[in-house]
Amino acid sequence: MIEIKQLTKSFKKFKALDDISLRFQSGQTISLLGPNGSGKTTLIKSILGLVIPEAGTICINGEQIKSHWAYRSKIGYMPQIGRYPENMTIGQVIQMLKAIRKDCRHYDEELIAGFDIPASSHKMMRSLSGGTRQKVSACLAFLFSPGILILDEPTAGLDPVASELLKNKIARERANGKLILITSHVLSDLEDITSHIVYLQEGKLVCYKTVEELKRSTGQEKLNKVIAAIMQKNYRKECLSYENDH
Amino acid sequence: MRTIIKYVLLDLLRNRTVIVYTLLLAVLTVSVSGIGDNTAKGLLSLLNVTLLFVPIISILFSTIYFFNSAEFTELLLAQPIKRGTLLLAEYTGIATALGIAYLAGVGLPVCLLYDGLAAITLIISGVLLTLIFSALALLIFVLFKDKTRGIGAAIITALFFMLLFDGLLLSFIYSFSDYPIEQPLLGLISLNPVDLARILVLLQLDVAVMMGYSGALFKQFLGSVTGSVYTVVCMLCWTVIPLLIAARVFKKKDL
Repeated sequence: MIEIKQLTKSFKKFKALDDISLRFQSGQTISLLGPNGSGKTTLIKSILGLVIPEAGTICINGEQIKSHWAYRSKIGYMPQIGRYPENMTIGQVIQMLKAIRKDCRHYDEELIAGFDIPASSHKMMRSLSGGTRQKVSACLAFLFSPGILILDEPTAGLDPVASELLKNKIARERANGKLILITSHVLSDLEDITSHIVYLQEGKLVCYKTVEELKRSTGQEKLNKVIAAIMQKNYRKECLSYENDH
Repeated sequence: MRTIIKYVLLDLLRNRTVIVYTLLLAVLTVSVSGIGDNTAKGLLSLLNVTLLFVPIISILFSTIYFFNSAEFTELLLAQPIKRGTLLLAEYTGIATALGIAYLAGVGLPVCLLYDGLAAITLIISGVLLTLIFSALALLIFVLFKDKTRGIGAAIITALFFMLLFDGLLLSFIYSFSDYPIEQPLLGLISLNPVDLARILVLLQLDVAVMMGYSGALFKQFLGSVTGSVYTVVCMLCWTVIPLLIAARVFKKKDL
């Protein structure tokens, strides 16, 4: 569904993405992990066409994205920081997005109902807490039931109830055969929803494997222990030698 | 496009800064008009109010607004929308909102208190200045990644056109006073939208000669009608060219 080939992007001297090649299929839930500044957000933004890569190609459903824009109707995006026009109400923001996406007539309003948004739809965006804004962002990402969902730190700032609700929604969408990309630093939140892990470091791809494979190769059961094992420097070598042994 | 303009307007017309700006202009207009009974004098004072407030407030407010809505712009660009369309829609929204503020603050009282071509020209020049300086703000937003630097650039741009440019022009006139520099001077004035707005109104007021070298020149060389058409065309160029450059740069910008 998404195919990335030799993607490279640098900001001045800093290489944010260095020769990344990846292929994602529908039905997968992929966790993008890595330390701060490892290029996760840049990768996501490249897929959305917000960052223009200097080399490499990205294909979505077999079509190169280049400077096209229509492909974005297949993607739902939840940004890391949701900031909205101050003097608009929640209801107006949702109305606006619906008006922009005239091509879509069937709305998935499960999250809107779940977060009880209609009760506060008259509130101005400037008066909302960070968590509520995050809820609005989540609702907008799922609203047009896109085939691909890109969620940048979705559970940061959400209360446990809302976070659980969102995780359940993600699991259901995955069961529906959608491709879901998530970045998060809260590994415990990813534990039950993720199927694959992409680990980036300093713009380079360290590994792209299923959770089961990683658990076997590191000998750990918990996701955070698995990641801790990857973060230790010699992982690459160990991983390779493990593969050679089998 | 229309959807985005509508919602930007919806947001801006409830914005406190826009409301305060409108009220400030209205208070100034009414109080300035009440001072004398001479129409030309009243319009001249209003011209000065316009030239003092419209450029700096338009450019500063628009720059800050563009930078503040950068995240929302990003979210909208994750929807199937062309970059150029979104940028121009946001510009149209903000320029319309500031234009309405000027029309309500200065235009309405002027229409009630004065009549004649000069009053209409004043309103047109104020609206054109609003369009120009919000277009320059858009260009600044596209060229700078950082909000603080962007605001700095906006202040410098406004001060350059309001103060510095005339100083440079004077030193140019002074150093070349032995040569026939009228023609090149005419061209140089077209490089400053604030001067163009001033001339546009002065040509209608018959006080061009009183208001210095540039006004007299335009009167002498171009005559009233040609001069007015020329200045309006120049000011429209000052709106369109920054917009075109901004749209072009924005297409390749990393957000």
